[in-house]
Amino acid sequence: MGLKGAHFTNFRTLAKFIWRRDRVRIPIWLISLIGITISVAIVFPGLYPPGPERDILAETMKNPAMTSMLGPGYGLHDYHIGAAMAHQMLLFTAVAVAIMNILLAIRHTRSDEEAGRIEMIRSLPVGKLANSGSTFLVLVFVNLFLALLMGIGLGLLGLEGMDMAGSLLYGAALGVTGIFFAAATIFIAQLTETSRSALGFAFTFMGLSYLLRAVGDLGSEVLSLVSPLGLILRTEAYVNNYWWPIFIMAAASIALILLAFRLNTIRDLEAGFIAARPGPSRASRFLQSPLGLALRLQRTTIIGWTLATLVLGASYGSIFGDVDAFFQTSDIFELLLPGTEGFSLTDQFTATLLAVMAMIGMIPVLLTMLKLRSEEQANRTEHILARAVSRRRFFGSYLLIAALVTIVVQVMSALGLWSAASAVMSDPFSLSLTLKGGLAYVPAMWIMLGVTALLIGFVPKFANLIWAYLGYTFFVIYFGGLFQLPAWLGKLTPFGYVPDVPLEKMGVPLTMTLILVALASTLLGLKGYEKRDIVDV
Amino acid sequence: MAILKVNQVTKKFGNFTALDGINMEVQQGEVYGFIGPNGAGKTTTIRVLLGILQATSGTAQIFGRDVWNDAVDIHKQIAYVPGEVNLWSNLTGGEVIDLFVKLRGTNAKNRREELIQRFDLDPTKKCGTYSKGNRQKVALIAAFASNADLYILDEPTSGLDPLMEQVFQECVGEVKKAGKSVLLSSHILSEVEKLCDKVSIIRQGQIIESGTLQELRHLTRTRVKVETTEPIANLDQVEGIHDLKALDRGVVFHVDTDKIGAAIKHVSDFGILALESTPPTLEDLFMHHYQDERGER
Repeated sequence: MGLKGAHFTNFRTLAKFIWRRDRVRIPIWLISLIGITISVAIVFPGLYPPGPERDILAETMKNPAMTSMLGPGYGLHDYHIGAAMAHQMLLFTAVAVAIMNILLAIRHTRSDEEAGRIEMIRSLPVGKLANSGSTFLVLVFVNLFLALLMGIGLGLLGLEGMDMAGSLLYGAALGVTGIFFAAATIFIAQLTETSRSALGFAFTFMGLSYLLRAVGDLGSEVLSLVSPLGLILRTEAYVNNYWWPIFIMAAASIALILLAFRLNTIRDLEAGFIAARPGPSRASRFLQSPLGLALRLQRTTIIGWTLATLVLGASYGSIFGDVDAFFQTSDIFELLLPGTEGFSLTDQFTATLLAVMAMIGMIPVLLTMLKLRSEEQANRTEHILARAVSRRRFFGSYLLIAALVTIVVQVMSALGLWSAASAVMSDPFSLSLTLKGGLAYVPAMWIMLGVTALLIGFVPKFANLIWAYLGYTFFVIYFGGLFQLPAWLGKLTPFGYVPDVPLEKMGVPLTMTLILVALASTLLGLKGYEKRDIVDV
Repeated sequence: MAILKVNQVTKKFGNFTALDGINMEVQQGEVYGFIGPNGAGKTTTIRVLLGILQATSGTAQIFGRDVWNDAVDIHKQIAYVPGEVNLWSNLTGGEVIDLFVKLRGTNAKNRREELIQRFDLDPTKKCGTYSKGNRQKVALIAAFASNADLYILDEPTSGLDPLMEQVFQECVGEVKKAGKSVLLSSHILSEVEKLCDKVSIIRQGQIIESGTLQELRHLTRTRVKVETTEPIANLDQVEGIHDLKALDRGVVFHVDTDKIGAAIKHVSDFGILALESTPPTLEDLFMHHYQDERGER
């Protein structure tokens, strides 16, 4: 591959420097990942005591809806704590580890390069690949550390079915996923010129891996094996303890990073392989307003997410055929979920799906609103506010887009869900029911948008905390039932007030109340924004 | 008529006092230089003037209106070039210029093409590919293409090459001729000296000196190098003479600008062969203040 030692001159110093810059960030990631996993493991024995109930639960895990979300069930004949952990937690933790690696890898490669910082480094006696190399090295260590701590930590708990061998494999599966996504992201960072598009590509890659696995797990083993997220689930930790997926992932990571290094050596600094083209010399009429500018800047994000939610809805919808068939043949399910008179189990599954899709739909909504803040941090807000544009109009442009995006993504995911489901079901539900179900979440989503407005208006430095709030919401809504969390925890998020549509009806008074709360918080946030300094920190 | 009036403006960020009782007045048709070292408070002052930061105390008015409360209306008559021009990497320079001109509310596109040519900018390139100087050109073209009454320029030439700096100076000259006012913040002192009618020097959030260049020059010393037929006696006794040094032939000394007459009179008694006097540059003036203040601390 033509890699020379000189390409890596001084890379150890740079690695130390990267560690110095992330000495808070990396430990926070590691502590959160390991902390959440360990605490879930500690809770599990209380949730799943051995006995016939657990056997019934294991039976429900065979259902395609669960398989599409968590991966294929295995060891279900003896669903001990280890089997339950690996089945229910490994995939989501792996996604979180992948996100950590994508963010950290872009931060130290394309972001630094785009900002001109790599140029300063490269003017020193430093090898061409020292930066990519040291970034990869640090991330490899971080992931190895994660794998070891996670494995040993879980093993030491001494829970039923969680021996040290299985725990170490569980940790290794997470670690190797991290290393793989670090390598893939460094590869992607060579292709694009901006960190923004690099992030876009990397997350698209991760999303596709997840989708490929979801589809593959329902029928085509080959598709799942091609997806990195599908492959690591084939370790079947705690039950069969297969190590071969780990070795394949490690080999793939080495191949990817070598390819990335190769691309890095043959390209110019600050250049990419996907080149920027010249554009129009005049602005269109559309662009010449704060709203037009905000829309133009986020065009790709909005279109991308609109399509993504449609695909997401459709891919969930496509499994309804299997779900339908499964529910019809499974007597155990009737035993497990009685008392919902007049509604089929399919409806119940739909309710869960709608909640999940609304929370995923929240991501583009938050992205469009937080753009207001990132523009401020990049010192670009002053261009607009130094001209004849009021803060209200500027703030309002971003708010309007975010509010509309909320409706668009909800309609799109409902449309996707309905169209795919009606194609595969013998007795499909109606379009209007699905649309109503999707739109029922809009007021709650607007409240979360309002909270974002409040943060931007009063504590701009902490605006990104809204992601933690969304993470909390996901945790409470998605796992609340599974972990039997107290009900008041669900009431701390606006999503907790939305009834289980289509099982329950969304009343007008509730809708109005939620909209009023959203409106009030938004207006208050605007007041704060009008009164505060515009700052780039 | 005072276009811009700043009265006792103080700005605090937490415990840090960025501006400490700033006073400033820019008259119509005036090019006003605002100089000071990095971090002295130039950009903070300008951001207060633009209503982007709110003054902790004191008042600032442009066109007789409050800069914070009436920001939008004031901005219709203002053109602004920030010190660090960050643009949207996926928009072209031409698109940004059009957007900026349009956002001011008034439409003055006639000068756009002419300025793009004079500043030698390719408007079809994405801003992400522009150098610092080219991004600054985008902001300058947008500013001078608009028909403003007050131009606020924050270190506008720090990335320009000498040729483009020339074009910039011409542009400032043109708006001055048209009776418009300019507030030019800079630390390129030769530029300020060339363009400005009045100057304020800011240091650590305080205006330490302001006035016309002429007035300021009086506060400092002229360097005199003189060669005489006979050695000059008792020169160190003359009032206002400093840093007297003997050269191979003749002497060199600094003299307080208001005492220069007496000094020359004294010297002329010894038969002048050659006389060379250098008036203080703005740089001398600036260094003079800066070093004095630093010495005091």
